[in-house]
Amino acid sequence: MKKILNGLAAISFLLAGAAWAQENAPAAQPHDMSTMGAAAPSEHNAAEPTHFPINAPKEMDWTFSGPFGTYDKAQLQRGLKIYKEVCAACHSMNLVAFRTLEDLGYTEAQVKAFAAEYEVQDGPNADGEMFTRKALPGDYFPSPFPNTAAAAAANNGAAPPDFSLIAKARGVTRGFPTFVFDIFTQYAQGGPDYIHALLTSYDFEPPAGMEIAEGTHYNPAFIAGKSLAMAKPLSDGQVTYEDGTPETVDQYSRDIAAFLMWAAEPHLVERKQTGFAVMLFLALFGGLVYATKRKVWANVAH
Amino acid sequence: MSSGHSTYSPKTGIGRWMDSRMPLPRLVHDSFVSYPVPRNLNYAYTFGGILSIMLVAQILTGVVLAMHYANDTMLAVQSVEKIMRDVNSGWLLRYMHSNGASFFFIAVYIHIMRGLYYGSYKAPRELLWILGCIIYLLMMATGFMGYVLPWGQMSFWGATVITGFFTAIPLVGEWIQQLLLGGFAVDNPTLNRFFALHYLLPFMIAGVVVLHVWALHVTGQTNPTGIEVKSKTDTVAFTPYATIKDGFAMVVFLAAFAYFVFYIPNYLGHPDNYIMADSLKTPAHIVPEWYFLPFYAILRAITFNIGPIDSKLGGVLAMFGAIAVLFVVPWLDTSKVRSAVYRPWYKLFFWLFVANAIFLGWLGSKPAEGIFIPLMQISTLYYFAFFLVVMPVLGLIETPRRLPNSITEAVLEKNKGGSAHPAGATAAPETRG
Repeated sequence: MKKILNGLAAISFLLAGAAWAQENAPAAQPHDMSTMGAAAPSEHNAAEPTHFPINAPKEMDWTFSGPFGTYDKAQLQRGLKIYKEVCAACHSMNLVAFRTLEDLGYTEAQVKAFAAEYEVQDGPNADGEMFTRKALPGDYFPSPFPNTAAAAAANNGAAPPDFSLIAKARGVTRGFPTFVFDIFTQYAQGGPDYIHALLTSYDFEPPAGMEIAEGTHYNPAFIAGKSLAMAKPLSDGQVTYEDGTPETVDQYSRDIAAFLMWAAEPHLVERKQTGFAVMLFLALFGGLVYATKRKVWANVAH
Repeated sequence: MSSGHSTYSPKTGIGRWMDSRMPLPRLVHDSFVSYPVPRNLNYAYTFGGILSIMLVAQILTGVVLAMHYANDTMLAVQSVEKIMRDVNSGWLLRYMHSNGASFFFIAVYIHIMRGLYYGSYKAPRELLWILGCIIYLLMMATGFMGYVLPWGQMSFWGATVITGFFTAIPLVGEWIQQLLLGGFAVDNPTLNRFFALHYLLPFMIAGVVVLHVWALHVTGQTNPTGIEVKSKTDTVAFTPYATIKDGFAMVVFLAAFAYFVFYIPNYLGHPDNYIMADSLKTPAHIVPEWYFLPFYAILRAITFNIGPIDSKLGGVLAMFGAIAVLFVVPWLDTSKVRSAVYRPWYKLFFWLFVANAIFLGWLGSKPAEGIFIPLMQISTLYYFAFFLVVMPVLGLIETPRRLPNSITEAVLEKNKGGSAHPAGATAAPETRG
């Protein structure tokens, strides 16, 4: 038996040596399937960035961060206004129903009136015809385009993404060791931070020598390249706020990002509040169990 | 179960009636009440119990989620979001289930490491260990298929990459891949069969868990000293001693689990999985769930051909080999001493192995380019060397420290040498040897 094992060990040593030798040979093609479909990198140019986003998003203060975070309803209402007046022209929000807008502090009647401003297709009726009618609270935000192909056709071939989950579907990789600290700081705002960064980074000029593709817009906060198809969507004073909040791109960006976080995670506040009760229970219960354990084991050396 | 003499004596008439017909209460009493466990078990030994409740929690949340989930590529995303938004406490069920998978793996990794450290796989517990390895394999299959169900971008592309491994197998590879997919690419038939299997496998896990516990109760537990139980003073009754200690560990573990569920439920996931699957858009980096990352790094470490084996097949073989090697650990370790506590060199290599495994996990999340490739190769080399070289060789050449004669002697020695603490005050008995 021992001889067999020694033989095994010898073989593995040999294999190890072979692996080392191979490593020094010219690099073979790594079969990283994850780079499948990605464009081959062009010849290196000092002005051409290789990692995106060029600028990491800045961490903002959000009312919904931390263990006791809650949504600021006034902010969500402002965000909804921006979505309705600006974003909704291109971006759908298929998974959000009008009825859920009551979370933003609106009354049932207000939600009904808000929904009635939209038209949705319904049917077929008794004659077999499809018809349009005013939306009801039970309906979902209608899409600006009849289908994805139409959305792409109207936008230079790139369909604008749906907004229902965008605040959870975007996040810049945090890297070591930040991702470890994120556990303890409960950092879960990568999405809103990114949205805010993207919307406020349109005014940067591309460095000299950097080529920006025709029909795209330079944005150093963009997660997947140096420029994107969407032109700068917000400018100062574009959306009127009735509550005296500054009408700046920065404020707009915070408000839409907060609103999109709500759209993606409508039960966030309930989750954190439930969490507090659960943690409290576990701490108390754990204390009792520990005291019992001490008593049970008190006379047993172990 | 095997302790030979049962101490169960039914006190009521119904109890006696039952006992003479189907002695289930006796079985429970003998297995979980009077069952003797070594008195020196530390908290590393509580993860078996933790894993049992995680399995139950996963099955319970999973069954309810399945009531609301629509198993169709056109409906999956909407049905999952319906759960998140409209189902009563649906968000809680789903976050418990998705984070529960991660915590299941955290617990199983600690459980496996415990086994490797204290030599729990050594005779006569080889079968117990192998049954555990089978559970781990089933867990990996279940976790992988579960991740596909939300039908996000990582679901789709992860499934594409992982089922693609099978095409590396000569002759039958393509056929196996098409059988898994139900077609030529990941699509509705894939989702349908993955859902069916994802629902089936946990019950198979439960079945193997029964065998695992059965085998455990035949041989008895190991303990930090690695010395077998010799007399009655070496053990305490499972209840209340192990029950209360396991119970406390469970509460602490559940607190960590709850922290993730309630405060950072998406931390262990990937943002791309909130984008609906799109067969025309490949994500920039396809990464599997975190618990597969070490194996993903091993897969991608093989960038060279070895004789007739091309790098793709080599990577797949290395990856499956990394799991397969666990099955033969009982025969790779040549040491006569069971526990790392008395093996200074093995202890060092063991902790290096743990650090290396975590490092492999980090590498798995990195693209296979530049400096990461040689790092993956070095790490992979150590992973295999630990099993194939360190374990057999070290057992022959290492001089172990003096072993105590019995568990009781070890405990008394430790308590005497410790400090002025009275017995029982060592609340967290971390055996340093």
